[in-house]
Amino acid sequence: MEIPITWYLLLSAVLFSLGVVGFLIKRNLITVFMSIELMLNAVNLSFVTFAHQWHAVRGQIFVFFVMMVAAAEAAVGLAIIIAVFRARATLAVDRIDLMKL
Amino acid sequence: MNGFLFLPLIPLLPLLGFLLNGLFGRRLPKALVTMVALSTPLASFLLVARAAFLIWKGSWVLPVIEAPAFGHSALVWINIATLHADFSFVLDQLSLVMLLVVTGVGFLIHIYSVGYMAHDEGYARYFSYLNLFLFFMTTLVLAGNALLMFVGWEGVGLASYLLIGFWFQKTTAADAGKKAFIVNRIGDFGFLIGMFLLLANFGTLTFSEIAARLDANPGWTGGELTVIALCLLLGAAGKSAQLPLYIWLPDAMEGPTPVSALIHAATMVTAGVYMIARTHVLFDHSPFALSVVAIVGAATALFAATIGLVQNDIKRVLAYSTISQLGYMFLGCGVAAYSAAIFHLVTHSFFKALLFLAAGSVIHAIGGEQDMRKMGGLWKKLPITFAVTTVGVLAIGGFFPFAGFFSKDAILYAAFAQGAGGKALWFVGLVTALLTSFYMFRLWYLTFLGKPRSETGHHHSTPWSMLGPLVILALLSISGGWVGIERFAAYLAPATGARATEAGGNLELILSIVAVAVALVGCFVADLLYRQKPARPAELAAEYPESYKLLAHKYYVDEFYGATVVKPLLAISTYFLGWVVDKALIGGTAWLLGGIATFSGALLQRWQSGNIRSYAAWLAAGAAAVLLFLVVPWSAFLANFGIHLNLAGH
Repeated sequence: MEIPITWYLLLSAVLFSLGVVGFLIKRNLITVFMSIELMLNAVNLSFVTFAHQWHAVRGQIFVFFVMMVAAAEAAVGLAIIIAVFRARATLAVDRIDLMKL
Repeated sequence: MNGFLFLPLIPLLPLLGFLLNGLFGRRLPKALVTMVALSTPLASFLLVARAAFLIWKGSWVLPVIEAPAFGHSALVWINIATLHADFSFVLDQLSLVMLLVVTGVGFLIHIYSVGYMAHDEGYARYFSYLNLFLFFMTTLVLAGNALLMFVGWEGVGLASYLLIGFWFQKTTAADAGKKAFIVNRIGDFGFLIGMFLLLANFGTLTFSEIAARLDANPGWTGGELTVIALCLLLGAAGKSAQLPLYIWLPDAMEGPTPVSALIHAATMVTAGVYMIARTHVLFDHSPFALSVVAIVGAATALFAATIGLVQNDIKRVLAYSTISQLGYMFLGCGVAAYSAAIFHLVTHSFFKALLFLAAGSVIHAIGGEQDMRKMGGLWKKLPITFAVTTVGVLAIGGFFPFAGFFSKDAILYAAFAQGAGGKALWFVGLVTALLTSFYMFRLWYLTFLGKPRSETGHHHSTPWSMLGPLVILALLSISGGWVGIERFAAYLAPATGARATEAGGNLELILSIVAVAVALVGCFVADLLYRQKPARPAELAAEYPESYKLLAHKYYVDEFYGATVVKPLLAISTYFLGWVVDKALIGGTAWLLGGIATFSGALLQRWQSGNIRSYAAWLAAGAAAVLLFLVVPWSAFLANFGIHLNLAGH
């Protein structure tokens, strides 16, 4: 039998919300980073779902774009994290607060 | 009539000299600066002389109009609705005479300045200003409409300001420059209003069109024409140092002496006379304005002459004498004898430039002293200067056959021929002639004769660059009047109208004899007081302390203006404009705006905690808010409460 589309979307929403919550409450910078990836992939899931639903290939192409950007972002982001760790010897976001005036 | 007279080049060449010396003068060798400074006025003068020669030969007929062209069309400056102004330069009899004087005397004074300013640090700056002056002065003279004339008018004011304050390290010089500029602004205000009224009444600012319109309506007199003429008179009085705006000219003597000769005696200050002659049709249609011009002129002539009696600074005596002679020219204009006024303008520019340059030569020779009481006995040391000053004194005194005799005589005769009021003006002019002769001989005796009254330090020898112009000007001061008023008036008639002075036979001869006799009396009194009994002037001053003090303090006019104009203006500026408007209103508003920004900044600053998670929380909240706005069907929701949104606009 075919799994209803609602389930996919619900899964996507749950994953996205988990990502948001993790992004907001986790202290470790790497975990925050992983939460972002989670949100991106939640969005990817809904893209694929709709593509399947409407038999449109555009959504799937979008997914490739998102994955590509996510890969680039991961490369840059991890480089930043390593630089921050070298400079401050910590990855706790609460203590990386030099961005204020 | 083929080819060009190259009229636009006449102003533009000195402008080129100004740009070259002004921009690069500091870095150029002195010889090159001198070459640039002298060659551009010389080239202008040669162009004017060429034009004069061609016209004299008859290959050109005046007036000639030329404009700087762009391709085939003349350059238009302003063309809005009825206001049309272009850059056309008009050469007619009047502007040709004026141009010959301006570029000719101007070039001589440039030569003189080479010697006079040789050791000054601002050599290149000085000559660039002098060239700038010539640019604006020739523009003023050649302008075919009032607006272009105003450009030159303002420009010569600027050059005058720059040159009076040339030694700006001296406070007095800087102040004198400001005074000249500000007093001239008052006159310029009159000129501007006059121009607005011209535009409103004639719809044009071109002199020839205004004249044509007035010629077509001979019955149109008085009324708005009087107002226009009086406004223009105010402008002329400012520039030409007439009552009540003469106060800047004596102070302008703070500038270098060649500047006093060129700008404050020979050319710029005569711009007012020139302007009245240029717009004479307006004055001809307003008898009232004409009589005001005559009265202002006569009053100024007498007033300044009396002050000149007791001045001790050699340049100030000459300054008051200039004001007085300008008064003569206004008197000439006022009795509609424009050609006589211009005649006097020409001869005056010769002998007054000569006197100033001679005074400069004296000052230069004795190391900067200007007080006549410390001079004396200089004739042996400066024989050539002594000789040319003698010529200048005789010329300004009005002795036959020197230049001043002919021109002054023409004005006095024209005044005398004007009926009863004219006779009074003539008498004032005659008294002024007496005073003029007296104070000029006083200057002569005090400076050159008698015994040296103080040990003058180092003696500069006078270079030939200074003596040459003196000799040329002396020759002009002798012979400048020989052309005679009849021929001069006949020549000028197309430009200034035919209402010139006719030869009056016996009456004119008698008046001439009276004038010369009066001048002789002045000479004799000066001889009595300053040669035979040198102690007598001081005794006289002690006998009449009130009158002496009144004259020595120049009738307290500066003090009067200080108390009635300067002080109140300063008080208004300090208390009302300074404190109320500037500090309270503008400053207060600025503080308030700054305070709001600072306060809100201090509040919002807390938002920028630097904590990434708080930023993230705000981001999420914002996203949630947008989502809420988009997803919830607000209009349906609000319709439940009886509120109907009309977001789409229909």
